Amino acid sequence: MPPSILTINGATHSFEAGQTILDVALGSGITVPTLCNYKDTTPTGACRVCVVEVEGARTLLPACATQAAPGMVVQTESPRVVEARKMVIELLLASGNHNCLVCEANGECELQSLAYRYQVTTPDFANPPDTPYYYEDDNHMLVRDFSKCVMCGRCVRACNEWQVNQAIAIGYRGAHNKIVARGDFPYVNSDCVFCGECLQACPVGAILDKHAIGQGRPWERRLVRTTCPYCGVGCQVDVHVKDGRMVKVTGADAIPNLGKLCAKGRFGWHFVDHPDRLKTPLIKENGAFREAGWDEALDLVASRLKDIRDKEGPEKIGGWCSARVTNEENYLMQKLMRAVIGTNHVDHCARL
Amino acid sequence: MTNSIAELEDSDCILVTGSNTTETHPVISTFIKRAVKFRNKALIVIEPRRIDLVSHATLWLRQLPGTDIAVINGLMNLIIQENLHDQAYIAERTENFEALRETVAKYTPEYVEQISGVPAADLRRAARLYAQAKAASIVYAMGVTQHTSGTDNVKTLANLAMLCGNVGIESGGVNPLRGQNNVQGACDMGGLPNVFSGYQPVTDAAARAKMEAAWGVEKLPDWVGLTMTGMVPAIPEGKIKALYIVGENPVISEADADHVVKALNKLDFLVVQDIFLTETAQLADVVLPAATFAEKSGTFSNTERRVAPVRQVIAPLGDSRPDWQIIAELARRLGYPMNYAGPEAIFEEIRQVTPSYAGITYARLEAEGGLQWPCPTTEHPGTVYLHRGQFSRGKGAFFAIDHRDPAEMPDADYPLVMTTGRVLYQYHTGSMSRRAPGLEGKAPECRVEITAGDAARYGIADGEPVRVKSRRGELVARALVSPKAVAGTIFIPFHYHEAPVNKLTIAALDPVAKIPEFKVCAVNIEKA
Repeated sequence: MPPSILTINGATHSFEAGQTILDVALGSGITVPTLCNYKDTTPTGACRVCVVEVEGARTLLPACATQAAPGMVVQTESPRVVEARKMVIELLLASGNHNCLVCEANGECELQSLAYRYQVTTPDFANPPDTPYYYEDDNHMLVRDFSKCVMCGRCVRACNEWQVNQAIAIGYRGAHNKIVARGDFPYVNSDCVFCGECLQACPVGAILDKHAIGQGRPWERRLVRTTCPYCGVGCQVDVHVKDGRMVKVTGADAIPNLGKLCAKGRFGWHFVDHPDRLKTPLIKENGAFREAGWDEALDLVASRLKDIRDKEGPEKIGGWCSARVTNEENYLMQKLMRAVIGTNHVDHCARL
Repeated sequence: MTNSIAELEDSDCILVTGSNTTETHPVISTFIKRAVKFRNKALIVIEPRRIDLVSHATLWLRQLPGTDIAVINGLMNLIIQENLHDQAYIAERTENFEALRETVAKYTPEYVEQISGVPAADLRRAARLYAQAKAASIVYAMGVTQHTSGTDNVKTLANLAMLCGNVGIESGGVNPLRGQNNVQGACDMGGLPNVFSGYQPVTDAAARAKMEAAWGVEKLPDWVGLTMTGMVPAIPEGKIKALYIVGENPVISEADADHVVKALNKLDFLVVQDIFLTETAQLADVVLPAATFAEKSGTFSNTERRVAPVRQVIAPLGDSRPDWQIIAELARRLGYPMNYAGPEAIFEEIRQVTPSYAGITYARLEAEGGLQWPCPTTEHPGTVYLHRGQFSRGKGAFFAIDHRDPAEMPDADYPLVMTTGRVLYQYHTGSMSRRAPGLEGKAPECRVEITAGDAARYGIADGEPVRVKSRRGELVARALVSPKAVAGTIFIPFHYHEAPVNKLTIAALDPVAKIPEFKVCAVNIEKA
């Protein structure tokens, strides 16, 4: 067999140096389940869900952390693999309160879909429901529910390697393992910058978007891909909508942000349906505003602008475009000022 | 940006100056941090404040505020002296190098240290790091531009990039990080006093003739209009009588805010179109309620020139309307019908009259996600980085520029320098971010950032209210004794209407860009 070829489930596949078995499998359209693998971060083999059988190897090997080698013969769903995977899933289910009924992650939980795929039910030896777990709900953005944490470590690598915010780590030892921010303080009192990458990375329901809790199941929500309204990076976001209302925002796996967001992009959208929003035109009379209809307000604006233009000249009128509105709207605004009013006093807040 | 965000991760040396990237452009900062941490790339931070990026930096040059030109000239002088400049590139692609060489020659490391406080040895290391990198990228933001020497600061950075052959190559370039979602697009679309969309000058008869034909009007004005910072002082002089303001809050964001309020109150007629009754809208005669980004469709253009779709998520709240509908309705009432079926129809017109956008269509954006201008034809893939092979103007011009002091230097009465900017959890005048409970919860109030040494000198403890005064105004806010702060300098964010720092800032402008010097003015401080 020539170098850089291996066999997966009876078919040969070529690979490049440095690729793992998981890379080769996924690149060839072969599904190997994993809970801990996350984007372009260091594979850790922590969850053991991706174990595969490699001919000649004494034990099953984690596909995410095993380099592909020439001539390797790999089985991804052999009876031995399936048996081991079921045991891993069963142990993960036993490790916490994995009750899907009220879990936010229901429908997008990767552990749930693994349990379904391999038909594993919650085991008899699961932790009893009254086992105490840490529950952090002291800010308006993130909730951490450690009764759901499977210690896959995805959030840690998302934080340290993908966003490089270096705010969390795996703390303590053995059975006391826990995801900790510096000093094991709550996120809100730590180095955490609330980018929410941990939330996006979590395969289960251990980190939650606080505002979205109870606001709808994934299958009830519509996703709209749009562009973030904050800084100039232009992150692509997926807005989750239910019954005409925004529920949450997640980072879209697209250029330029590749799924990443910051606190503003992820948690800063509540201005949209804030009660302070202007909902009707206002006209000032005797120093106070009163509500008005569109026709009245627009007629007034048109007649006053026309008046000033005709009596004083178009060069006495200025129009400010906006770095917040769309290209189309900016284009129309300068067209209005130049072609209709006749002034080049057109600018926006680029300098501020 | 001349280059693209994703290229940063492959840049051999990233020079960040005047950008607190982790707070103002957090997602771009992840590319910079990943380059350093996982790809062993060099990071030079030139910045007075100890920003978070400093902890990732290979080298930190801590210059005094307003001394950027001296530092960069010093780097160039060393690079030329040590023969590290790209002579082939300079000969082939640039002009006016001799003038640059003569000007920077006097910026010896010792002279630079005297002006900027940057140790000579650090300057040497930085010069070698930048010059010896195969592809080096310069990243900057308002810390460079918001000075009376802002234009010259940018030209100086461009000088440095060209000197080492870093413009027109992958992972190089001169990369301004634009601060607002569509500030790039507002410029591209002709939201400026001197150009139509695509930067076609209003003073160019051919450009005017083209737009007159496209818009069906007889004569477009041929004079260069005033900038925002020019319009405000023109109001009390009677030169501006009416303003139509869309999505801007100058009462909080403009320098010398008291003057802004006085000026706006003198207008015969003020219309403000916004999503909230902002501090500026409160001064208006008529307020028009606009829809937010989530309630309309269109496109934004990001800092890397990428035009990306904005898609309607929900229906406009109450009676609010998308800005384009309001503007079109107003045009109709002014006797100029604007009959667009929707944003796509407007975009089709933009394409017809804007060469750099000509190849971008809604269908392509739908299929390809986003496209970077210039994109002249529908077959063109978009432009990942600019000035490849040749500069837009032909030869890249070096500008010989000298350091000069900011407009207002500290003195006996106002002994501290004040700079302004953003914090991570807030955005601009706060009208959006302050209404998001998570963000507001993390940064609910204005804090005056000061060093422990200065705080002790003025008898101020962390968290105590302080009064900060400039020649133009004053504010009261609590002190934040911080390791980020610079000795002799305080930093105040401009998001908070309760402590509007722009009452204090100086409306001294860069002569070309008309940008105010937000990054240096003189203040004093006392316990409140």
